[in-house]
Amino acid sequence: MDVPEGLRYTDDHEWLRIEGDTGTVGITAYAAEQLGDIVFVELPEPGTALSEGKTFGVVESVKAVSDLFAPVGGEVSELNLALQAHPELVNSDPYGEGWMIRLRLADAGQAEGLKDAAAYRELIKAG
Amino acid sequence: MAYGPHTPADREAMLAALGITSVEPLFADIPTPVRADGLALPEPEPELQLAARLEGLAGRNRVDLASFLGAGVYRHYVPAAVDQILLRGEFYTAYTPYQPEVSQGTLQTIYEYQSLLAELTGLDVVSASHYDGAAATAEAALMAIRATRRRRVLVSRAVHRHYVETTRTYFAAAELALEELPTTADGTTDLAALADALADAERPVAAVLLGQPNAFGLLEPMAEAAELAHAAGALFVAVVEPVSLAVLAPPGSYGADIASGEGQPLGIAPQYGGPYLGVLACREALVRQIPGRLVGRTTDLEGKRAFVMTLRAREQDIRRERAASNICTNQALCALAATVYVACLGPHGLRDVGALGAARARELERALAAAGAPRLHRAPYLNEFAVQVPGAVRVHAALLEHGVLAGLPLARWYPDDPQLREALLVCATEVTTTAEIERFAAALAAVRDGAAAADRTGSVAAAGSPASVTTARGGS
Amino acid sequence: MSGAAAGSPRSHDVASLGPRSAVGPQLQPTLDELSRPGRGGGKIPHPPADALAGIPASALRDAPLALPELNEPEVVRHFVDLSRLNYSVDGGFYPLGSCTMKFNPKINEWAARLPGFAQLHPLAPDALAQGTLQLLWELEGLLAEISGMRAVTLQPAAGAHGELTGILMVRAYHEARGDHERREVLVPDSAHGTNPATASMAGFTTVEVPSAPDGGVDLDAFRAALGPRTAAVMLTNPSTLGLFEGRVVELLEAVHEAGALAYMDGANLNAILGKFRPGATGFDVMHINVHKTFSTPHGGGGPGAGPVGVGEKLLPFLPSPRVLREDDGTFRLERPGERPTSIGRVRAYQGSSGVFVRAFAYIRAHGGSGLVEVSEDAVLAANYLKSRIAGAYAIPYERPCKHEFVASAGPLHEATGVRTLDIAKRLIDKGFHPPTIYFPHIVDECLLIEPTETESLETLDAFAEALLEIAAEARREPELVTSAPHTAPVRRLDEATAARQPDLHWRAMSGAESPCPT
Repeated sequence: MDVPEGLRYTDDHEWLRIEGDTGTVGITAYAAEQLGDIVFVELPEPGTALSEGKTFGVVESVKAVSDLFAPVGGEVSELNLALQAHPELVNSDPYGEGWMIRLRLADAGQAEGLKDAAAYRELIKAG
Repeated sequence: MAYGPHTPADREAMLAALGITSVEPLFADIPTPVRADGLALPEPEPELQLAARLEGLAGRNRVDLASFLGAGVYRHYVPAAVDQILLRGEFYTAYTPYQPEVSQGTLQTIYEYQSLLAELTGLDVVSASHYDGAAATAEAALMAIRATRRRRVLVSRAVHRHYVETTRTYFAAAELALEELPTTADGTTDLAALADALADAERPVAAVLLGQPNAFGLLEPMAEAAELAHAAGALFVAVVEPVSLAVLAPPGSYGADIASGEGQPLGIAPQYGGPYLGVLACREALVRQIPGRLVGRTTDLEGKRAFVMTLRAREQDIRRERAASNICTNQALCALAATVYVACLGPHGLRDVGALGAARARELERALAAAGAPRLHRAPYLNEFAVQVPGAVRVHAALLEHGVLAGLPLARWYPDDPQLREALLVCATEVTTTAEIERFAAALAAVRDGAAAADRTGSVAAAGSPASVTTARGGS
Repeated sequence: MSGAAAGSPRSHDVASLGPRSAVGPQLQPTLDELSRPGRGGGKIPHPPADALAGIPASALRDAPLALPELNEPEVVRHFVDLSRLNYSVDGGFYPLGSCTMKFNPKINEWAARLPGFAQLHPLAPDALAQGTLQLLWELEGLLAEISGMRAVTLQPAAGAHGELTGILMVRAYHEARGDHERREVLVPDSAHGTNPATASMAGFTTVEVPSAPDGGVDLDAFRAALGPRTAAVMLTNPSTLGLFEGRVVELLEAVHEAGALAYMDGANLNAILGKFRPGATGFDVMHINVHKTFSTPHGGGGPGAGPVGVGEKLLPFLPSPRVLREDDGTFRLERPGERPTSIGRVRAYQGSSGVFVRAFAYIRAHGGSGLVEVSEDAVLAANYLKSRIAGAYAIPYERPCKHEFVASAGPLHEATGVRTLDIAKRLIDKGFHPPTIYFPHIVDECLLIEPTETESLETLDAFAEALLEIAAEARREPELVTSAPHTAPVRRLDEATAARQPDLHWRAMSGAESPCPT
């Protein structure tokens, strides 16, 4: 299972990529596989302020539905609008074109509390 | 047992396989203090006697009167083919099509139903069915509340009373506001009052609901009402009667975002209240807000065209407490009846049903006016209208003795309205005959003359007849 | 076929004929594709030309109605062809757990169509409706005895609608007592999805309580969750695992001690007729799915009906109108406003009377003794079937089940890669409808199997054999199973595209309206 180095991970199977004061958020390959064929992604309005752990959207597959949780606090600065027409990008390229939102980070230090790739691999291995 | 297959030997074989000698151990997990000891019910009844009992009960109902009662449920001619199809066990003894490989029959008929209703309503998304017109209307209002994130809904006073009451029951739960709009003297919704209600910026409106035709059978200014609603950011919901849509403008054409209504007129018997067919349709943009099952067209592994339930993640079995509605069981067989009915009639037949009903209603209007019961409202109507009858409740009861079911006394729905209290809501459809209309008019004249005579002598006796139908007290 | 099948020699003979075909092979065109302008007619007389003269043009349809044009033989053949693509109880064994696909007696269909029942208008004066009113009143009494409840309303149109009605009454009860803080409804994690969805719809928050390892309620977890904010507990008994909740007495005590009410989801009532009467035990409210327990047809998804029984506490809040019996033996509907404490209407009219004619007929055909036998036979059949497949599938809860049981393909999946979904699809090839799968969610790779009381020992044995064969195939030739079904008219469907780009109705109709044949 693909778990790229350099990203931070949550117990809810979101990933976070930090570039400067911007954080990009998506769901992991493991999560996408567990959900199956993704058919719809509901995302918040740009400008929405999210606190750490807050629900920011919903991802639907053919037979499951799951909440999306903000890995860290921040303001939504950008949405991946491509997911509206092509939600399958979450399955085909979860860490790339399947990204979901960008956050203007409130406190980049919050990411320290998240898992690194090795710890996340342990999590999914444990099931 | 009536339908069980097991012989004593079968039961013994199964018990033996389980290593027990009676079923008792299988129920041992029910704690003794709460263990019931059978049921105090009548003895089993063989089919011959049961059939006689059921025929006896059915025979105690009276369905032989000349009926002018509609008020949301309408008599229509249903081609014989419809019931022949409904009696196919492959349809009526199947479950919800969760296994599409062995349910293409049901799935395709639902897709066809959705398509036919999409054409009739002029809207893109049609739910596979709801319980009835009232439940569909309540769901329409809840849908608008989810879509707009507003909590206030305006409903015309001339929307079917029971739909308003049902919506009120649904709303009470979530503490949502449902406000009624008045009607003007011509019987249609007061648009000035609508504009005023929409102008309250503190309390933004999620949806405006009007009936077409409305509860008095009248045609509402739907396009104007829709425009007012949209200007205030509210959705517009048309509460419709689907057979009328063969002749009337479809909701999609006048800007309705959602249409709801009772599908019973599409080939379903009145059955004293159900099962019926809740029609719910909406614009494509609202597809994720619509509750209930949807069937979509897709392909199988080999590229063959096939049908499947889709957008399932909206539903309770997946989304649980966050589902758009708790609806699970729907009215699929009633939707099948509607599909076969429309297929049998075709576009010309369905339009003939609508237009012939309108023609019969005009004949009825003339006959009743001549008998001294003119229309109450001025606005145009399709096939149902209110007539002024002083002492309407009493006259309605007296007409039963003449074999006439004279529609609905509007006192039942609007007891506090001095005009409506003295009015009968009457309808005609393609099955109404000239003989029935003449019988109604003659009986009405006779009852009025009788009442006038009784008034002169100070008597209150109602017209009697050997074939009295007032066997029960409290008939309304 | 295994000789272990206890004493049913006939099943050997039948098996030699080969598997029953599940459904017909031919997919069909849609109505719009069959349409040819100019076909059809002959049903309705033509109206006079000026029929719509009194109606302003702005209110009328201005474009022709684009509906299919077909003649009656084509219509009939189309729907007969479509019907052949369906699996049905009339056609074969349909062991859907939690759905109770028992035989639908034919006299019930006949009775519901008697003109006296079928043609009665819902707003007909009581004097014209005495037959149906009597039937409804008597049925309420029969259901009250069966459920042990004080009174029953027949208004709700389905189980979920019954849940909503029941929970709205719970809400009204607490409100009437000035107890405004009760905002939570507790449900076990094995509950039907309708339970939490209902709680939300009625304005409550759902609190999900985990099940105990034995599949029952975790009494301690419930006690911890109960409190002054609890409005009600919703419990399915027997549970969705097909297990009777043995701690029901303790649970009800705890619920009532906390000032909450106990709701019973009666979806599985067919297992306990005459064995357990929820109302007599202390449940305050329950719904009954007459399309499960009392044989009214499922109709391809509906209509059903979901009567609700209540105890003393909720009596004032029943929806209106109720059916009343007068001292002189006549019947009437409650009048508007007659009982101001009512939660009001939950639907347009008094109930799905057409469904209730059927339920009434089923109950009277069986009588009290027959209904007890229904439950005994359903439970016996489920336990027997469970014992027949126990070697090949994991049985997560070993104790006696009620009318249905859970099996798991978890170990088989680990050993062979074959999943429950594959087994379900392979059953289609063997002439059976699959059981319910992946519900309840708390059991891995789960199959929920419900044989009902109307299936013969031969059928049960044949189904068990099919499941055993599939387990063997999974080990021997897994791709045969994972690529199933092979004999159905369609293979597995592309559900992802169906959801991503919904196609919910036909577009340009091939046979737009032809000129009116006047």
